[in-house]
Amino acid sequence: MKKKWLLISSFLLMILSGCDNPLLIFDPKGPQAQTISDTILFSILMMAGILFVVYVLFAFMLVKYRSSKLAADYEPPHEEGSKWLEITWISIPIIIVVILSVVTVRSTVDVENTPKAYANEKPLIVYASSSNWKWHFSYPEEGIETVNYVNIPEDRPIEFKLYSYGPITSFWIPQLAGQKYAMSDMVTTIHLAADTPGSYMGKNSNFSGKDFAHMEFEAQVLTAKQYDEWVQDVKETAPMLTEAEFNHLLEPGILGRKTYRSTHLGFSPAPEGEHAGHQHEKNADMDMGTMHENDSTIHGEHQNN
Amino acid sequence: MKWDEFFVTGEPMIYAAMVSIVLVSIAIPAGLTYFKKWGYLWREWLTTVDHKKIGVMYIIAALLMLFRGGVDALLMRAQTAVPNNGLLDGQHYNEIFTTHGIIMILFMAMPFIIGLMNVVVPLQIGARDVAFPRLNAVSFWLFFFGAMLLNISFVIGGSPDAGWSAYFPLASLEFSPTVGNNYYSLALQIAGIGTLMTGINFLVTILKMRAPGMKLMKMPMFTWSILITSVIIIFAFPVLTVALALMMLDRQFGTQFFAMQNGGMDMLWANLFWVWGHPEVYIVILPAFGIYSEIIATFARKNLYGYKSMVYSMVVISLLSFLVWVHHFYTMGHGVMVNSVFSITTMAISVPTGVKIFNWLFTLRRGKISFTTPMLYALAFIPIFTIGGVTGVMLAMASADYQYHNTMFLVAHFHYVLIPGTVFGVIAGFHYWFPKVFGFKLNERLGKWAFWFIAISFNITFFPLFILGLNGMTRRMYTYSESTGYGPLNMLSMVGAVGLTIGFILLVYNIYWSTRYQPREVTGDPWDARSLEWSTPSPVPEYNFAKTPVVDKLDAFWFAKKEGKSLTEEGDYEPIHMPNNNGQPFIMGVAFFFFGFFMVFSWWLPAIIAGMFILGTMAYRTFEQDHGHYVTVEEIERTENALRGEKK
Repeated sequence: MKKKWLLISSFLLMILSGCDNPLLIFDPKGPQAQTISDTILFSILMMAGILFVVYVLFAFMLVKYRSSKLAADYEPPHEEGSKWLEITWISIPIIIVVILSVVTVRSTVDVENTPKAYANEKPLIVYASSSNWKWHFSYPEEGIETVNYVNIPEDRPIEFKLYSYGPITSFWIPQLAGQKYAMSDMVTTIHLAADTPGSYMGKNSNFSGKDFAHMEFEAQVLTAKQYDEWVQDVKETAPMLTEAEFNHLLEPGILGRKTYRSTHLGFSPAPEGEHAGHQHEKNADMDMGTMHENDSTIHGEHQNN
Repeated sequence: MKWDEFFVTGEPMIYAAMVSIVLVSIAIPAGLTYFKKWGYLWREWLTTVDHKKIGVMYIIAALLMLFRGGVDALLMRAQTAVPNNGLLDGQHYNEIFTTHGIIMILFMAMPFIIGLMNVVVPLQIGARDVAFPRLNAVSFWLFFFGAMLLNISFVIGGSPDAGWSAYFPLASLEFSPTVGNNYYSLALQIAGIGTLMTGINFLVTILKMRAPGMKLMKMPMFTWSILITSVIIIFAFPVLTVALALMMLDRQFGTQFFAMQNGGMDMLWANLFWVWGHPEVYIVILPAFGIYSEIIATFARKNLYGYKSMVYSMVVISLLSFLVWVHHFYTMGHGVMVNSVFSITTMAISVPTGVKIFNWLFTLRRGKISFTTPMLYALAFIPIFTIGGVTGVMLAMASADYQYHNTMFLVAHFHYVLIPGTVFGVIAGFHYWFPKVFGFKLNERLGKWAFWFIAISFNITFFPLFILGLNGMTRRMYTYSESTGYGPLNMLSMVGAVGLTIGFILLVYNIYWSTRYQPREVTGDPWDARSLEWSTPSPVPEYNFAKTPVVDKLDAFWFAKKEGKSLTEEGDYEPIHMPNNNGQPFIMGVAFFFFGFFMVFSWWLPAIIAGMFILGTMAYRTFEQDHGHYVTVEEIERTENALRGEKK
C-alpha cells in the first residue's frame, strides 16, 4: 500500500515538476519542507479524486439530458430529493475532511517543532528581523550579524526568531520550511533543518511597501566545517555593528550584503520577554507595569506554541 | 498643502485620466442640457425610490466599476507579463492592485448583487417594493458616492497603496503618508453604512412582505440566499465600521490602536479586517448560489433537487463563515492548537458547499437542458468553481498554507472562487432577468460568443498562477528577475487577460446591440420559468403586481401555468398605496461625498459644516410627513391593458 502511494505521488511529482526543473515547493532540501511537500501532494491526490467524481457526473448529465437528445414531448419529473443520496454526499465529504484534518494537525505539529531527526540536538538560534526593505540576521551565540544573506550549517536544527522594524513581513525559504510573519510587537519562531548544502532563495512574501519586490536574501547551507570557518573569518575580519551604523541600516531603502562581528541585539533587543510589544516605557506607572508584565509572559508562551 | 501635492502629478496615464474626467464631467451636463433631460434624470432616477430603478442604477454603477477594476487588472498583468518590466513603477503598481481589490469586491461584486436583489427579491415574494423604500435610496446613494470618493483618489491626492486588506503598520501614517489610506477608511465607511442598511432592509422585506401563503420553506432559492446574506451583512458589517473608524482615528487623530509603539497592536487590525472579510466572501457568493439555483431549475425544466438541504447548507455555511477568519493568517504564529481548529472549521465549509454542487448536478438529472446564455454561465460555474473549492480545501490545511500563503497559488484560488462564483453568477442573473426589467432579451448569439471568450480566457489567465505559486512566486511583486523563470507563464496569463477583455467588451456591445435591434418580448415569461417575478408583465409596472398573488407551494407560478389557473383571486383592482419619490437621499449622498472628501484632507471646518448638513437632513426627515400616494384603479387598468394587451 505504502509503495503504491509512493509510486503515485512520485508520478504526480514528475508531472508537477517537469522532471529536470522541479517546482520550488516540490523540491525540498530539509525535513520541514519535505513534510509540507508530502502533505500537499497527498491533498492534491484527494482533491483530484473529488474533481474526477464531479466531472464525470457533470459530463454524464450534460450528455444524457440535453434537450436536443430528448423527445420533444418529454416532460421532466418532479423530484423532491433523495434521503440516501443526501446522506452519501454528506458523509463521504465528512470522512475526507476528517482524514485531511488528521493529516493537517499532524503535519502542523511536525513543522512547528524541531524536526524529529534532530530533536535531541541543541538548535542554532538566528534572529531574523526585517526593516524596509531588507533582512538583518543576528547570531547571538556567535556574536555576528549579516544583512541580506544568512549562512547556516547542514544537519543541525535551526531556530529563526522573527520580528520586524516596520510593516509585517513574512520570512520564507520555500525549499527549507514554510513561512511565518515577522512583526514589530512579538517574536515568532520557525524551526527548520537543512540536509543538503547549497544556496537557496529566501524572501519576504508579505507585501510591505515600495521595494517589497526586491526583498530577497540568499540562504546558504554550509557543511559544519565550512560554517565554523565562516564564523571565525567574520569574527576576525568584519567591522563592529555600532548603534549609529544600525540606525543607518534601518533607513528605508535597498542594501547589498553586509557583515559585522557584533549584533544589534544588545542596544536594540528583539520584542520578546520584557521587551515584548504592549510593554510601555519604563517610567509608566506601576499598575500598568505589572499588567504588561503579565501580558508579555502570555506572549512568551505564544511563540513556543 | 500645495497644489502639486493635491493633484497627482508626473504620470502620463494620470494626466490622461484627468483629461478624460474633465471631458466626461463637461460632456454629461452638456448632453443633458442639449437633450433637455435634466428633469427626466431628476424625476425618474435621482429621486426614485422604486426598487427596480434603484437595482438598475446599482447594476450600471457595478458595470462601470467592473471596467475600472478591469483596467487595473490589465495593467497589472501587462506589468508582470515580462521580467524586469518598466511599464509601472513600484508605487503605481501598489496603488493599482490595491484599488483593483477594493473596487472589484466592494464596488463591483457587492453592488451587482445588491442590484439584482433589488430588482428581483420584491418580485419573487410578490411584494410591491422593499420594506423601507426611502432607506433603500439612501443605501444606493451612499454606496455610489462612496465609490466615487475612492475613484477620485486616483487623480486627487493619490490612491491607497497598502493592499485591499490595508494591514497595519503598513497602512499607518508612518509607512503610508499620502492621503490614499484616508480615502480607504472614509470611502469604505460611507459605502459600508449603505450596505448595512441594505442588509436590514432586505431582512425585513423578506420576513414581513411575502405574498399570502408563501411560507419560508416555499420561497424561491434566490430569496433564501438573500435572506441569509442579509443576516451575514448585519453581523459582519458593523465590524468593518468599527475597524475603519479606528483606522481613521489612528491615521488622522493620533490614536495608537494599531501602532507599533505604546501598546498598539497591528495584529488586531488583521483580525478585525478578516472577521468582516471572510463573511464578506460569503456575502458575495451565497446570492450567486441562489441565482444558479433559479437558472439551473428553469433551464433543466425541473424543480430544484433537495430544496431543504439547499436551504440548510446555506444556513450552515453562514454560521461557519464567522468561524474561519484566522485562516487568512495562519502564518502569524498562533501555534498548532489555534491553527488546527481553524483548519478544521475551514475544511468543514466544503461539506455544505459540496452538498449544493451535488444537488445542482442532480437537478440536471432527468431534466431537459437547454443551453441558453444564462444557463451556459451556470453550467460552466460547476466545474470551474469546483477547482476553486478543492484548492480552498488545500489552502485550509495550516501546514500546507505555510507554503501557499501570499503566493500566486492563493491568488489563483480566490479568482477561481470569485469569478466563476460571483462574476459568472451576476452575469448569468443579468442575462436571465434582463427581459423582466427592460422588456426584451439580450441577443443569444452575441451572449454565447461573450460567454466562450470569458470562460476560456478565464482559465488561461488564472490557471498558470497555480503553477507560479507552487514555484514560489509571491503576489503583489511589481517585478521579478528573468532568472526566476516566471516569465512565460505570466505572459500566458496576460494573453488570457486580453481574451477576458474581449469577452467583456462583447458583453457590453450585446447590451447596445440588443437595445437597438432585439424584438420586444411580450409574454412576461420568456424563459418559461418557475417563480413569481415571471407572472408580471415586462417591463414591470411601478406597482409590480396589480393584484397580490396567493401562493400555496414552491414554484406556484409553474404549477399555475401547467394547470391553467390564476394566482390571483377574482375581483376588481383596488387602489395601490405606493411611496413618493424624494430627492433627500441623493442630496444626503452628495453631502456625504463632500464630508468624506474634506475629512480625507483633514479640512476640519468644511468637514464640520458638511457633517452638520448631514445631521440636518436627518432631523428634517424625522419631522417630515410623507404618506405616499395611491395609484388609482383607472391607472392600473390602463397600465395593465397596455402591457398585457398584445398577449395572445
